[in-house]
Amino acid sequence: MSTTLDSKVPSGPLDKKWDKHRGESKLVAPNNRSKFDIIVVGSGLAGASAAATLGELGYNVKCFCFQDSPRRAHSIAAQGGINAAKNYANDGDSVFRLFYDTIKGGDFRSREANVHRLAAISLNIIDQCVAQGVPFAREYGGLLANRSFGGVQVSRTFYARGQTGQQLLLGAYQALEHQIAAATVKMYSRTEMLDLVLVEGHAKGIVVRDLVTGEISSHAADAVVLATGGYGNVFYLSTNAKGCNVTATWRAHKRGALFANPCLVQIHPTCIPVSGPYQAKLTLMSESLRNDGRVWVPKKKGEKGSPDQIPEAERDYYLERKYPSFGNLVPRDIASRNAKEVCDEGRGVGPSGLGVYLDFADAIHRLGENEIRERYGNLFDMYLNITNENAYKTPMRIYPAIHYVMGGLWVDYNLMSNIPGLYVLGEANFSDHGANRLGASALMQGLSDGYFVIPATIANYLATQLGKKVSADRSEFKATEKDVSSRIDRLLSIKGKKTVTTFHRELGLLVWDKCGMARDAQGLQEALQKIPAMRAEFWENVNVLGDGKEFNQALEHAGRVADFLEFAELMCLDALERNESCGCHFRLEHQTKEGEALRDDDNYCYVAAWEYAGQGARPNLIKEPLIFENVKLSQRSYK
Amino acid sequence: MNFSLKVWRQKDGGSPGAFKDYDAKNISAEASFLEMLDIVNEVLNERGEDPIAFDSDCREGICGTCSLVINGIPHGPGKVKTTCQLYMRRFKDGDTIWVEPFRAAAFPTVKDLVVDRGAFDRIIQAGGYIVVRTGSAPEANGLPVPKHDADLAMEAAACIGCGACVAACPNSSAMLFVSAKVSHLGLLPQGQAERDSRALHMVRKMDELGFGNCRNHYECEAVCPAEVSATFISRLNLDYAIAAAKEALAV
Repeated sequence: MSTTLDSKVPSGPLDKKWDKHRGESKLVAPNNRSKFDIIVVGSGLAGASAAATLGELGYNVKCFCFQDSPRRAHSIAAQGGINAAKNYANDGDSVFRLFYDTIKGGDFRSREANVHRLAAISLNIIDQCVAQGVPFAREYGGLLANRSFGGVQVSRTFYARGQTGQQLLLGAYQALEHQIAAATVKMYSRTEMLDLVLVEGHAKGIVVRDLVTGEISSHAADAVVLATGGYGNVFYLSTNAKGCNVTATWRAHKRGALFANPCLVQIHPTCIPVSGPYQAKLTLMSESLRNDGRVWVPKKKGEKGSPDQIPEAERDYYLERKYPSFGNLVPRDIASRNAKEVCDEGRGVGPSGLGVYLDFADAIHRLGENEIRERYGNLFDMYLNITNENAYKTPMRIYPAIHYVMGGLWVDYNLMSNIPGLYVLGEANFSDHGANRLGASALMQGLSDGYFVIPATIANYLATQLGKKVSADRSEFKATEKDVSSRIDRLLSIKGKKTVTTFHRELGLLVWDKCGMARDAQGLQEALQKIPAMRAEFWENVNVLGDGKEFNQALEHAGRVADFLEFAELMCLDALERNESCGCHFRLEHQTKEGEALRDDDNYCYVAAWEYAGQGARPNLIKEPLIFENVKLSQRSYK
Repeated sequence: MNFSLKVWRQKDGGSPGAFKDYDAKNISAEASFLEMLDIVNEVLNERGEDPIAFDSDCREGICGTCSLVINGIPHGPGKVKTTCQLYMRRFKDGDTIWVEPFRAAAFPTVKDLVVDRGAFDRIIQAGGYIVVRTGSAPEANGLPVPKHDADLAMEAAACIGCGACVAACPNSSAMLFVSAKVSHLGLLPQGQAERDSRALHMVRKMDELGFGNCRNHYECEAVCPAEVSATFISRLNLDYAIAAAKEALAV
């Protein structure tokens, strides 16, 4: 393995790179495309849009998802919106501004060329989705409506009520189903990828488990595309769906794919606070609520009175006070950290003291309850249903929760990992959001990667693979199948005393405490001591019932938690090694006088790409320096 | 709170199933129904008994994965949300609660409370889309859509594909599901080119897959977590009649 990484960013001016790259890329002729098999793992925005588009181009696509239908991938839960630099609001937006906001919002830890391409493609995404029938919100004149999101001062977010992710995913899913009907894509639902197969160093297939029958099988292809989402569930409690996991990317990592910036994890400021130890997941309240909601806590510590009894003068609208120009719309990392800070001071609200108010009284007074219902009705209903509180009458209580991960498998400008033939899209890769993702940018990235980037870049690899097809009968596949089966057998044979969920919950509490909103060297070292012990106990004392040849949800969960127990160590190691603060990665040792993240650009302006070095061995750190030619690195200021 | 559960257990699609009794003890009123089942499963696991299989994923009411019939009602009693959005505070301490899978010939049982709703995907494959070659779309604001039409299309598009409408219908009809997609796309100017063929193909596929006919029971609308209105079924009937007439007359 070489110790330098080639990001393959094209030369030339920033705004010409993508055009130039496409112009110089290899092509696969239409009559040759059906000779190539492509595996797409995952059917969220990135996976579904990639599978549909590659199928439409004429490739033979196999698409896999663990859900019972591709329509249920977790992209469906995204609420707020999708950014695009259309400048329909005529408020000074441009591709460059979206690019700049994203780079700055990411605290200067992403690759300029990738982010600029994303901003440019944002225009095509909206066109594509509207043509598919995505019912975006509209003005009375029939044209598209926009709203504003955190970290920016323009209105560039397109939305479909509070269900934007659902509508975009259904658009991609319908395109995918059209291709399935056209037989260009074969869909494998309730099928989980459990390993990657390499043939002579190239990604040539995967080993999967049929979750209904338990059958283990191999699928060979000319290239493998992973669009398997993020690893937020390493924290146990997160806004992710129950099934979200790190298994596909972690298995690929153990086969040689570099894992980049695993410590960069986004904590979303507006989630419903934890109510009890039995809780299975946390529910997000869209960031769009911060357009009209005002965040506050009592000025007095330990104030337990009901919010309507606390007079205006006794309230601290701390975001408006500290950040007058962005106010309640500061980026997510800053909003989250400030909520933690006021709660740590003892000014948090609600039964646990881990909550702040998000108050709509002023907005309702100004706009009327109907207008607020029109904008956020489904979110208010969801809040009422979960908490039994009416947010039209009393402020919502919110607290930060794990939401999205910026880290993921390392990819170059083509979205190919360091393993030839292995591509990684969407949240599963690391490339576009730096150390903090801005709201409404995940949907943009997933669809950019799937609809527009991969169809243009994958031919660069495939064109070199004509006549090199491999069959799943090869020994490499049989050996990998054996690895997968023996791991399952081992999990089932332990028959210990603790449930999988118990281990998952313990791991989650540990990493939330030591590698969550605030981190320091001591805590991370402690976590790095405890995780291997926890993992050893898991492999001696976990109890997984049933057998492998049947529908067995406990076994599915066990395999995922086993991978989280390995991955968590890398996440903490990366957090320890990144001895600076940046975006969501807040090291207590490195903060400005005002308590903001303090970067160290001289020493840490790089992507940390980790290479697996074997069980128990310290992984190798490979650095990709980040070069900024078009923006000036600065201390972020939202004041 | 404490509850007595009567839960449908079935090894797989080929085996007969039966109700089994379980106790759910010390459950917080703030726990969701699925969190209550998680707790029961942890107890079963500790006792070495096979946990109850049930589907869920996002647990925030949007993915459409969870699919339980609780006390005879798909997604459970009260103002309807998905199963995952049902909270134990809706029940009384000591209640006996019956838990079953969504039952329909077109939704075969996989295990216990888990069913196969792949038939919905096959209905979408028959025409539930607008064909747009990626990259060929015109400028998004080139085609204004009246706000009323866009809003109505959104109401239909809100369908989460859970299948509660089928489970609630005495005929196991999928008309609400089909009408939601046909209306969503048919209300938009973008969806006009394939409007007739979409209605014909989706309805015929629904029939072929073993879903029953609509007899205006309105049970579907009553249980729909996305509050999709049964008036979309009238719209579908009209679209289908026009398309079938055009087809018969070959115009």
